[in-house]
Amino acid sequence: MNFWFILFQDKRTEHKNYQTPTKISVNKSLNFYQQSNISNLISQIYNTIFAKNYTINIMPDISKLNDVVSQVRRDIVRMVHANSSGHPGGSLGCTEFLTALYFEVMNHNTKFSMDAKGEDVFFLSNGHISPVFYSVLARAGYFDVAELSTFRKLNSRLQGHPTTHEGLEGVRMASGSLGQGLSNAIGAALTKKLNKDDSMVYTLHGDGELQEGQCWEAFMYAAGKKVDNLIATIDYNQKQIDGSLDEVLPMGNLTAKLEAFDWIVLEEFQGNNIEAVINTLGRAKELAGNGKPVAIIMHTEMGNGVDYMMGTHKWHGSAPNDEQLADALAQNPETLGDY
Amino acid sequence: MEKKDTRSGFGAGLTVLGRTNPNVVALCADLTGSLKMNEFQNENPERFFQIGIAEANMMGIAAGMTIGGKIPFTGTFANFSTSRVYDQIRQSIAYSGKNVKICASHAGVTLGEDGATHQVLEDIGMMKMLPHMVVINPCDYNQTKAATIAIANHEGSVYLRFGRPAVPNFTPADQNFIIGKALHLQEGTDVTIFATGHLVWESLEAAKTLAEAGISAEVINIHTIKPLDSKAILSAVSKTKCVVTAEEHMLNGGLGDSIAQLLSRENPTPIEMVGVNDTFGESGTPMQLLEKYGLDAKAIVAAAIKAVARK
Ligand SMILES: Cc1ncc(C[n+]2csc(CCOP(=O)(O)OP(=O)(O)O)c2C)c(N)n1
Repeated sequence: MNFWFILFQDKRTEHKNYQTPTKISVNKSLNFYQQSNISNLISQIYNTIFAKNYTINIMPDISKLNDVVSQVRRDIVRMVHANSSGHPGGSLGCTEFLTALYFEVMNHNTKFSMDAKGEDVFFLSNGHISPVFYSVLARAGYFDVAELSTFRKLNSRLQGHPTTHEGLEGVRMASGSLGQGLSNAIGAALTKKLNKDDSMVYTLHGDGELQEGQCWEAFMYAAGKKVDNLIATIDYNQKQIDGSLDEVLPMGNLTAKLEAFDWIVLEEFQGNNIEAVINTLGRAKELAGNGKPVAIIMHTEMGNGVDYMMGTHKWHGSAPNDEQLADALAQNPETLGDY
Repeated sequence: MEKKDTRSGFGAGLTVLGRTNPNVVALCADLTGSLKMNEFQNENPERFFQIGIAEANMMGIAAGMTIGGKIPFTGTFANFSTSRVYDQIRQSIAYSGKNVKICASHAGVTLGEDGATHQVLEDIGMMKMLPHMVVINPCDYNQTKAATIAIANHEGSVYLRFGRPAVPNFTPADQNFIIGKALHLQEGTDVTIFATGHLVWESLEAAKTLAEAGISAEVINIHTIKPLDSKAILSAVSKTKCVVTAEEHMLNGGLGDSIAQLLSRENPTPIEMVGVNDTFGESGTPMQLLEKYGLDAKAIVAAAIKAVARK
């Protein structure tokens, strides 16, 4: 109890500067509950690094990752523009997060296997932000980036909302009808435990999405049944279709709510800073495996990276016209080659 | 005739699976006793998941558990297995093509005293409309046990429907259940009765009464509503030239509806349907309700006489 209290007290000030190298595999026998304060915890982690069971990867190359982010933003606006349909706002806001996951944080194999044995898996619960998901999957190597041009077109594997139905590599569950992804992720996490597979399950949810009751059934279950190989991130852009969260249905203090549901909650105030996102995901990973699921409330800006799409909910699901596209592209240099 | 509840057949089948198939896992939403899942739970505590009263979450978790090779069997009442969670089943299980077995007890009016809130009569219709969903409604304890075991070997989403009351257990204990294969229970030449679930027994009783009245009724058990055994249905109808369908379900969307579609396309034939006609159920004993809603042997006899007269 004491430990968590100190940790939460600490997180707002300390976590932004938390400089742990990513991909530390910590010896699981370490019992974090027994630690009495955060500095002790950190020193334990570093001690473990010098013990037997460790791997350290070099620090992430942030400028390379930001190149990916810039290209993914271009993909998003081009895909949505080409159809005059799709959801750019949430997609742009979560570009750093998905890039961080697929290019840095997750242990995954682009040679796709549905069963994902020995791999981390990700579930996109807010399926409407499919443009960012498809772009990141393609850029990571799951399928040819040229296929991004088929988004939302007849006979495409890149359906408006993600689906397993068309056999698109990287997608393990249909989503689009909101509120279901956390349950799906719990199922995958339980199977990983049964299979003695100690990899991790990640999810992303919209904040408006949390108005769905099923999310809270799942929050309750995951904590109650100690599903601790699960890291759920909330895209806290505070906007949804009809307006701000407060206009549609105020969600109150989400951190307090999730803590009351007995989750470990990290708050990331810089959800559009990829380095900060990587660090927070790394920290979440370290906190996992100790009897509680971990949530990240990730503050983001809807439409991030395209100035006229920011600061409003209007671009949740509308497409830019030709002029607006040119403007958006001018703000995001082509780094890896357009599809 | 020994009487047993079909839900106990499910429980017994699940117990067998627990002992024979390490990939089978079971999930329940606070109705373990009602679904007869206790034995599986006791024998395989690590493979049994008590979800709590959260059916939407249960369906989503079941879908997720297939990733990595588990075969989840969910258990709750039929109403909470279908209408309560239709969108979850549609997106996470059916559309996502997941190998989940949705096992549903207390279907139909024979749930009895709990009344209409619990007596789902629309579930077959809802489930058969979902692309590739297999829909099975076995008739007695032995068949439910055999069906439970069989669906574990079918790769894909399945809806297995059974009930609460003790009913005659008349099919063989050692039967090999084949999904989608209609079973001839009684030969006859004047009329074919296609029945499913609890009404298979009622149909056999009806056939006896009909025989006394000089009508030779063929009785076919359509335990699998989808995929429908069209070949068996068409070949029976080409002989008898009139049909009765019998089910403990709404006429809209049920077995009769599937057979009528098939016959109107392939071989238009007089057809009388025994089922619930656009109304909710109510409290009562199972037998009282079967009688009141026109779902018993007497109703099947009347329908057969009418069908024969229309030839
Ligand atoms: C069950 C369900 N209800 C309604 C919708 C329609 N819908 C799509 S996105 C959305 C708003 C989601 O808001 P949020 O989760 O905050 O995502 P963001 O707008 O930030 O991308 C709604 C209502 C849906 N997809 N699913």
